[in-house]
Amino acid sequence: MKAAVLVFPGINRERDMARTLKLVSGRAPAMVWHAETELPQGTDLVVIPGGFSYGDYLRCGAIAARSAIMDAVRAFAAKGGLVLGVCNGFQILCEAGLLPGVLMRNAQLKFICRDVYLRVERSDTAFTSGYNAGQVIKVPVAHGEGNYIADGETIARLEGEDRVLFRYAAPDGMIDPDWNHNGAMNAIAGIMNERGNVLGMMPHPENHVEAVMGPTDGRGLFAGLAQHLAQAA
Amino acid sequence: MKARVTVTLKSGVLDPQGKAIEGALRSLGIDGVASVRQGKLFDIEIENAEDREKAEALLRQAADKLLANTVIENYHVDVIG
Repeated sequence: MKAAVLVFPGINRERDMARTLKLVSGRAPAMVWHAETELPQGTDLVVIPGGFSYGDYLRCGAIAARSAIMDAVRAFAAKGGLVLGVCNGFQILCEAGLLPGVLMRNAQLKFICRDVYLRVERSDTAFTSGYNAGQVIKVPVAHGEGNYIADGETIARLEGEDRVLFRYAAPDGMIDPDWNHNGAMNAIAGIMNERGNVLGMMPHPENHVEAVMGPTDGRGLFAGLAQHLAQAA
Repeated sequence: MKARVTVTLKSGVLDPQGKAIEGALRSLGIDGVASVRQGKLFDIEIENAEDREKAEALLRQAADKLLANTVIENYHVDVIG
């Protein structure tokens, strides 16, 4: 795995992400500043971490989505390269047009910082091969704007093409409004693009990967990615 | 040349912030408010623009590319002069 973690002013989860990528793959990722116009040679995974790029000015992710490095990410994704956006990274991918929809203010207007349960909808993708379909994992969220919305046609397409990979769920995996913490449409916590090489998700799998953190349910995502990339190489 | 771009949420898009403001107005005893939708307003000064049409085109480009997310927002451009 030759990962590149993008760094924007105001991003604050890039070190958690880098630590996890190194832990799982054995190789430290390249940290790539937003003003760069190219990704490092041989990059096979781009990760856009969480945080508050540009202080969430204008709209979450709006300014980062228009930075120089994002043109390189667009070109990388167009060639089939794997892109993972977590939290602010998901917001940036939506603003950049790499994923459909928008992350709006949480329905309850509160910043939510806690562990949540996610139901993994598929295991046959580059991002979820470390899990079983229907498996429930426990990972943290920390966001004020994670309420996923899109127009009816887009939602129908996402559902019809099985592009929702993670949903907020009860501990037993049932989808229940009481467990849909931010009010997201269809309890959507993570979606991928049509081609299956770009994933955006609000929760932070990188923060539950070591025993010291409590659960290690986030590890499956990175282990699955590492295995996928090793097989592809 | 001065201009103003107003960005508003499309109808049908849930606006929890507007709802909260609506509730706060009610709790202040300001009656008669049926609903509130929150938007954004940008006052922009344009360099070397004598031509109104060119100024409007530039502002529309700015709104389409950055100021508004047209998935959920509408915008309106006013060149004030």
